[in-house]
Amino acid sequence: MSNDIRIKRGHTLRLKGEAEKTLIDAPRSRSFAIKPPDFHSIIPKMVLKEGAKVQAGDELFFSKYTGEVKFTSPVSGTLREIKRGEKRRIMEVIIDADPQDTYREFGAMDPLTADSVDVKNRILESGCWAFVNQRPYDIVADPKDSPKAIFVSAMNTAPLSADIEFILQDRLEAFQVGLNALTKLTRGKVHLSVAKKGGSSLNGMKNVELHEVSGPHPAANVGVQIHHVDPINMGERVWTVGPEDVANIGELFLTGKFNAVRTIAVAGSSAENRKYFRTKIGANVSDLIGTVSDNVRIISGDVLTGKKLSNGQYVGFFPNVVTLIPEGNKYRMLGWLPFTYNDIPSKSRTNLSWMFPNKRYDVDTNLHGEVRALVVTGEMEAVVPMDLFPMQLIKACMAGDIEKMESLGIYEVAPEDFALVDYVNTSKIEAQEIIRLGLDLMITEVG
Amino acid sequence: MEWIRTKLDKLREPFNQGKKYEKFAPAINAFDTLLFTPNHTTSKGAHVRDAVDLKRVMITVVLALIPVLLFSMWNIGYQYLSQIQAEVGFWEAFGHGALKLMPMVAVSYIVGLSIEFAFAIYRGHEINEGYLVTGLLIPMIMPIDIPLWMVAVSVVFAVLIGKEAFGGTGMNILNPALTARAFAFFAYPTFMSGNTVWVSNAAEVDGVSGETILGTLAAGEQVQYSTMDMFLGVIPGSASETSAALILLGALLLIFTKVGSWRIMLSSVIGASVMGLIFNALPSMGLEGNELTNFPWYEHLLVGGLAFGIVYMATDPVSGAQTTRGKWVYGFLIGFFSVMIRVFNPAYPEGVMLAILLMNVFAPTIDHYVIQGSIKRRNKRKSPEGINPQVNTAV
Repeated sequence: MSNDIRIKRGHTLRLKGEAEKTLIDAPRSRSFAIKPPDFHSIIPKMVLKEGAKVQAGDELFFSKYTGEVKFTSPVSGTLREIKRGEKRRIMEVIIDADPQDTYREFGAMDPLTADSVDVKNRILESGCWAFVNQRPYDIVADPKDSPKAIFVSAMNTAPLSADIEFILQDRLEAFQVGLNALTKLTRGKVHLSVAKKGGSSLNGMKNVELHEVSGPHPAANVGVQIHHVDPINMGERVWTVGPEDVANIGELFLTGKFNAVRTIAVAGSSAENRKYFRTKIGANVSDLIGTVSDNVRIISGDVLTGKKLSNGQYVGFFPNVVTLIPEGNKYRMLGWLPFTYNDIPSKSRTNLSWMFPNKRYDVDTNLHGEVRALVVTGEMEAVVPMDLFPMQLIKACMAGDIEKMESLGIYEVAPEDFALVDYVNTSKIEAQEIIRLGLDLMITEVG
Repeated sequence: MEWIRTKLDKLREPFNQGKKYEKFAPAINAFDTLLFTPNHTTSKGAHVRDAVDLKRVMITVVLALIPVLLFSMWNIGYQYLSQIQAEVGFWEAFGHGALKLMPMVAVSYIVGLSIEFAFAIYRGHEINEGYLVTGLLIPMIMPIDIPLWMVAVSVVFAVLIGKEAFGGTGMNILNPALTARAFAFFAYPTFMSGNTVWVSNAAEVDGVSGETILGTLAAGEQVQYSTMDMFLGVIPGSASETSAALILLGALLLIFTKVGSWRIMLSSVIGASVMGLIFNALPSMGLEGNELTNFPWYEHLLVGGLAFGIVYMATDPVSGAQTTRGKWVYGFLIGFFSVMIRVFNPAYPEGVMLAILLMNVFAPTIDHYVIQGSIKRRNKRKSPEGINPQVNTAV
C-alpha cells in the first residue's frame, strides 16, 4: 500500500519486564491529581477553591492565555489541595475521590452529523481539549488555529511501552466516534497509523487515512510519521491526539460523559505485578505498584521520555505506562574498557551486546560515563529518521540561533523525537532538554 | 574492589564540593573516573543510557594504535641495526626502538596532560579524554631522532594554540596531533626532513642510506624495497607510519567498533588511487612523467604517512566533516590532495599532513553545502495555502 511508512533508521531497545497482557481494573485510588506542568506552556488559572465538590467533567482550571481551553476533573470528589511550587506555580491539583464517580452531563451527540463548531465547543467544554496536542512546539493546541491535518499514532515502539491495540480492544466503537469527531476539527485529513503486522483490529477504522508503519523506534512517534506523510512548514499547524484519548473523546460524544479512562501498563524489571491496569487519569502511582524501595526508579511513562516519580505521587496526564527499573547509583571498575560489561546494551559496538539483537536487557539508570563535549559524529543521525541534521539542530538550539533552527527543521521535531539521541550519544548530553528549550525560544520569538 | 573504592572516597574527601581543594576536583576526578566509572544516575531526559562513553571511544582508538606502536619499536631498531650489522635479534631491535620511542611518548603525555589538567582546573570542567589519543599520535608521527624538547614544544603549541585557544576538546578546527607535527615541521625543518632523520642515529653512522621511499623517488633514484616490504612496513619513515598491514588491522578495529568512519577511510583510499592512476596514466597520454608520477598508484597507498593519516587522523570526528555526505567528499579530497602534494611539492615529498590540515579547514564548508541541500529541500515544499497569517504578523 502506498500509504505505508517504512522507517529504517532508529533503534529498538529491548528491555526485560514487559507487561503481561491481562487487563484488570485498578483498585480505586483515594486521590487523583491533575498536574498543570504536564501541559507545557499552559499557565493555569484556578476556578475552584480548596474544599470544593466536583463531578467528573467539572472545570478545575483554565488556560490564562487561551481561556476557552479548560481542564476538568477526571473523577468526582473533593478538591483537597492546590500544591504550589516555586514562584507559586501550580504543580498539582489533588482531588479526594468519591468511591463512585458521578458525571457532569454534556449530552450525547453524533459528531458526523453535528456542526463542526458544536463539536469543537463540546470538546472544549468537557476538558477533552487537553488531549489535543499541537505540532510544532509540542504544546496544547490553540482552538483558534486551523490545523492542516490531525495525526493519531495507534502504536508504540518505545521500550516496554503499552500495546495500543490491546488497550483499545474493548473500546473500538468509542475510538471510531472519537476519530469522527476529529475529522470535524481539521480542514485536512485525519491520519491514523497502526503497526504493520496485518490483521490488526484497528485497520478497519473509517473516515481516516490509514498508514501501516514498520521499523525500529521511533517509528511510532507521531512526529516521525508527520515528517514522512505531511511535513510541517513554517506557520503550519498539525494536531495530534493520543489513541486512548481519542476513545475518551468518542465516549464523550457517545454517552455525554467525560470518562477519563487511562489504561496503564506496569512494566520494567523492578515491577512485581506487571499487568495492564485500568484506572482514571491522574491516579496515585502507589495504588498501582504499592510502595517500592529507594533503589527503584518509578517512571511515569517509558524509560526514554518519562518523568521520575516518588512513592505516593501521581501518574502524569498522558502516559500509558509506568516503568520501574533499578537505580544505577553504583561504581563500575574500569568501566571504559572496550568489549567489557556486555550486559549493558549499547548501540555502538564498543561492547559485544550488538551480537545478541534478541536478548532482553536489565537496565539501570546509571549514566555510564560523564558529560563531555560533542565529539563523535554520525550517531545522532542514525536514530533520528528524518531529513534533518540532529547534531546541527541541537547546536543551533544551544546557541539560540533562531534563523538556523528554523532552516534546520525545528518545527518538525518534538523532544520525544530526540529521546534516542539522549540514549545513544557518547557525550551524554541532554538532547530532549535542549530541544525543549529551543522550542520554548521559538514560541516566545515566533509564536 | 570495595576497599579500593573506600580508599578513593577517603582520598578525594578534601576535593569534594565545599571543601578546601574543591577547585582541584577535575584533577582527582580524572584518576577516579579512570579507575571507576562513576555512580552518576540520569536526572533528566532519557532514564537509561548507552554503555558507550568518550573514555570507551578514545581507549578503542588507543587499542587500535597499540599493534602499530609495538611494530614500530621493532622497526626502528631493525632499520638502524640492519645497516651496521648483519644479524639483528628481535629483542635487540625492539629494545633499541622502545628506548627511543617510549621517552617521546612519555614527554608527549606528561607535557600535554599537564596543560589539559591546568586548563580543566582553570575553566572548571572535567578533563576530556581526547588527549589520550592525541598524546600517543604525536610521537608516532615524528621522526625518531627529533630531540625530546622539540616534542615538548610541539605538544605545547598543539594543545595551547591548536586546541585550548578554540575552547578545548570538541571545538578545535585542526587535528591537534597534525598541528604538532606541522609546527615542528616548519619550526625545525632540518630535524623533520632530509635523508638522515628517518633512521635512528643515522647521522652518526657512516654509510647509512636512511631515505624514505618518497625521498628516494623525489631524488629521481630507484627504490630498492619490494611491495611486500612496503606493505609490512620494514622501511624507513616517521616513527610509526610505516606498517600498512598493522594500520589496516587498526582500521578494521575502528570500523568494526564504528569508532572510526569507514566512509572517510574508504573515500580517502579512492581519492588517493584516483590521483595515483591519473599520474600513472601520464605516459600513455604522451607526457613524460618522473619517478614520482610513475610510482604505481597502489604503492602510493602503502608508503609514507598516507595510510596512517587516513586511518587515525582524517577520521578525527572533531576536525573532520560531520555529515555523512560531507565525509565522502572530505575523505576523497584528502586522498586526492595527499598524492598530488607528494608529487608536485619539490621541497618535501610527503603530502598527507598538509592535505588533512587543508581539508580540516574546509570541512565546515563542505558540511555547510551538504546542510544547505537539506535546507533547500525544506524550503521547496511550501504550503499551498501560504503562510499562517498569525505567524506572519508575529514575525
